Amino acid sequence: MPDNHTPCSSRTVLPGLQRLLRSGIFALLLCAVAAVQAKEAPAAAEDPVLEKRTLAVAAELRCLVCQNQTIADSNAGLAVDLRNQVREMLRAGKSEKEIMAYMTQRYGDFVLYRPPVNSNTALLWFGPPTLLLVAGISLWLILRRRNQLGADQFEPDEAEPNPSAEASSARAPQPPPAALPTLHP
Amino acid sequence: MKRWRFMTPLALFVVLLGFLGLGLNLKPREVPSPLIGKPAPAFVLPRLDNPEASMSQQDMAGKVWVLNVWASWCTPCLEEHPLWIDFARRNPAPLVGLNYKDGRKEAQTWLVRHGNPYATTVQDTKGLVGIDYGVYGVPETFVIDKQGVIRFKHIGPLTPDVLRDRIEPLLKQLNA
Repeated sequence: MPDNHTPCSSRTVLPGLQRLLRSGIFALLLCAVAAVQAKEAPAAAEDPVLEKRTLAVAAELRCLVCQNQTIADSNAGLAVDLRNQVREMLRAGKSEKEIMAYMTQRYGDFVLYRPPVNSNTALLWFGPPTLLLVAGISLWLILRRRNQLGADQFEPDEAEPNPSAEASSARAPQPPPAALPTLHP
Repeated sequence: MKRWRFMTPLALFVVLLGFLGLGLNLKPREVPSPLIGKPAPAFVLPRLDNPEASMSQQDMAGKVWVLNVWASWCTPCLEEHPLWIDFARRNPAPLVGLNYKDGRKEAQTWLVRHGNPYATTVQDTKGLVGIDYGVYGVPETFVIDKQGVIRFKHIGPLTPDVLRDRIEPLLKQLNA
């Protein structure tokens, strides 16, 4: 700060006092910096419980601008606005259910990361378990059928020797190799 | 038997390809609006040309009108702008602009520079009315009927096809 702007020049102040003033100004500056930094997340500092609830609700809502994120994760302009909206509604005493209804009224079921079960979402909810069930039953049926088949029903692998022939030859008593010396004549 | 075994994975693969092909043509960015067929959300907002005066959706009751969400910072808005200028010249319905999260000065400069197709523009500085209308990107366009019910919504920049094939026939039908 240029000296000519201050009405009482710092040169007239005692050196000790001057130092004190300087450190005071420095402390004020530090405070200002802290205030500026705190501005980015004012609500969290204000009320951690509210902020936690806000984030819990926000984590259930899809960000429409960046569709693979929740509005809790995203810093897109709209996500910030919607987070603020959630916070305001919680502060006004609205329940989570009311907030979800508010959001779906405006953006549809698509904003919900856990969509409701209805005729539109039936395939989404029941498709994967049904597929798993069908796959499981088919696997069980196939395995049961194979189990009942005789060994001769299977096609031998062409690249490798016949596994059943190999198995039976392993079980058969093998003559000792002629080249080995015998210990007991 | 052998042929059947060979064909099954191939058939499954073709089915999968079919689904993937369908998926390519889906537009996940275009979320269907739950507001179609519902009354247009209420608003009272200051006018861009005169902040002392306000406008409400009620002022348009009895008219078929088009609400276009725009902003001076929105690049795709420039893309659709000539279509609106042309629309305003033919004037099949009044066009109301919702200036979304924008500054008054910036918005006014933008309109002077690119032309003003809007009968009225209102300012939604905080974007709260935008939230009520389910706006999640700019531009967006709504067609609202005489009873104040939203009949159509277009997300993203207007194309000549959408204007010609969807919006204008709808306006004609609603005005008949």
